[in-house]
Amino acid sequence: MKILVTIKQVPDTATQVKIAADGKSIDTTGVTWIVSPYDEFAVEEALRIKEKRGQGEVVAVSLGPDRVKEALRSCLAMGCDRAIHLNDPAWAAVDTLATARALAAVIKQEGPQLVLCGRQAIDDDMGAVTAQLAELLGWPCAYWIMEEAIDADGKSVRAARQVEGGLEVFDLPLPAVLAAQKGLNEPRYPTLKGIMGAKKKEIRDVKAADLGAAPEPPQLSIVGLQALPPRPPGRIIQGDVPTAVKELVRALREDAKAI
Amino acid sequence: MPNAFWCLVEDDRNGSPKKVMAEVIGEASRLAPGRAEAVWLTDKASEAGLKQLAEWGAARVLLLEHAALAPYRSEVWVAAAAELAAKEAPKAIFAPVTSRQREFVARLAARLGVGLAADSVGFALEGDSLVATRPVYAGKLLSKVTWAKAPWVATLRPNVFRPAETQTGKTAPVERPAVAAAAAQMKFVERREEVSTGLPELTEAETVISGGRGMKGPENYVILEELGRVIGAAVGASRAAVDAGWRPHRFQIGQTGRTISPKLYLGFGVSGAIQHLAGMRTSKVIVAVNKDPEAPIFKIADFGLVADLFEVVPELTKEFKKLLEK
Repeated sequence: MKILVTIKQVPDTATQVKIAADGKSIDTTGVTWIVSPYDEFAVEEALRIKEKRGQGEVVAVSLGPDRVKEALRSCLAMGCDRAIHLNDPAWAAVDTLATARALAAVIKQEGPQLVLCGRQAIDDDMGAVTAQLAELLGWPCAYWIMEEAIDADGKSVRAARQVEGGLEVFDLPLPAVLAAQKGLNEPRYPTLKGIMGAKKKEIRDVKAADLGAAPEPPQLSIVGLQALPPRPPGRIIQGDVPTAVKELVRALREDAKAI
Repeated sequence: MPNAFWCLVEDDRNGSPKKVMAEVIGEASRLAPGRAEAVWLTDKASEAGLKQLAEWGAARVLLLEHAALAPYRSEVWVAAAAELAAKEAPKAIFAPVTSRQREFVARLAARLGVGLAADSVGFALEGDSLVATRPVYAGKLLSKVTWAKAPWVATLRPNVFRPAETQTGKTAPVERPAVAAAAAQMKFVERREEVSTGLPELTEAETVISGGRGMKGPENYVILEELGRVIGAAVGASRAAVDAGWRPHRFQIGQTGRTISPKLYLGFGVSGAIQHLAGMRTSKVIVAVNKDPEAPIFKIADFGLVADLFEVVPELTKEFKKLLEK
């Protein structure tokens, strides 16, 4: 079974982000980049499916500039067999839909039985690409999955999606698209052997021209980034616990009108 | 109606719209007075639910009612909604952030070939454009985005927008267009209900209590639940507490958990790591209780107590009880 995993390289959560001179993007100087955490759940699940079935291929795919190779390399170190890098300045200002279109074109070329994505990338938190891939491919889709099991003959997948108040379980015929939620698994750390082996694995560069149609202009564009408005200064309530708690309750009721 | 602002209805799966719809309809009405329309995909709508949408200010209700629309599957919903959108040509399509709407509107935007602004916290009309504001990079920055063409598709973060006031007795025409129910590829197997804590759902609650590493163990969350019952709050946890196995993942607040924006957030033994702040920093009033005066959460807290939570929580429960009995 061939499984394709889409990943995105994002700034580490703890990294400081500064607005670049254009006012629309971040200054990437000094930024630490990671594979978006939800995408690691997707990679892990793909590797587990392959291991359980005892055969198959896991292909990691990402769109972005040269630095993205590093993220793909860490997926290869985790155990992905090869990687595809959509690397073309024509994709410099893509929105989710343009990203999904490019990824869908690669998926059509590769013909996997399953596509796994992370629930959302933790940079722009749009969480749209999985559903948009499903739409462009005409495949069924399950969001926020907490469990999955592929049937013995590889024709369908049973997936449990997280919804408010519980889990909903569906059978999806393959090919299908799934979005991984935290709780699906615990991603492995690459072993030293994995890291060494990753250096020899293929990362194929794909240009916009390789996918036929030229990228369409984005449907959603960033007008500008801005810093958060500062919160009003807070107040540390002093005193022994009973006194401080009484004052807190009074302040929440009378000053903040929050209770 | 042309140029309508559609409000996709999130319901309780029992025929009633969720109260977050008052916020969605309220915001749509503010941007487009008299042009907010409720669009409801469901297997069953109640009369009371339809009336409620009108009283929140929907100028018209488009009811897509069909057995195939439950349980929710994006492949079925998108066909029904896209056909109606082609006929009606709405100017905007809004929905609240919920697990299914996040998927559905993304798929719908792809079908319609338009942009999506997910998890928006503000909107402004600028000339003939709509500009949405959304938190990005773990909530450290705000991004302003705009659409190349209509319909402008967006999801709205709950508890951020001012809810419409109920206009008792207001009515609205209900239209029931034929539903193009596409054959579903996905087959429903079962629904597994969570064990209910009897407390509100995290993302919907107006007050949220959160317990972090300072809770010391899973057995201590009962004191937070007791406080929760007194003030009607949901009880969540930080990543540290979830990763330690003290609470199930569905209770996690933060970047890899739920994003919340309650009127009041009370954090106990929560340090305030960036990834936690990402999920709660748009809360209106933030209270932090932590023994460590250097805990980063104090930087964004409106009220802080540098104290032992195990002394504070019972005292707070007692004081709130007294106050609310009055």
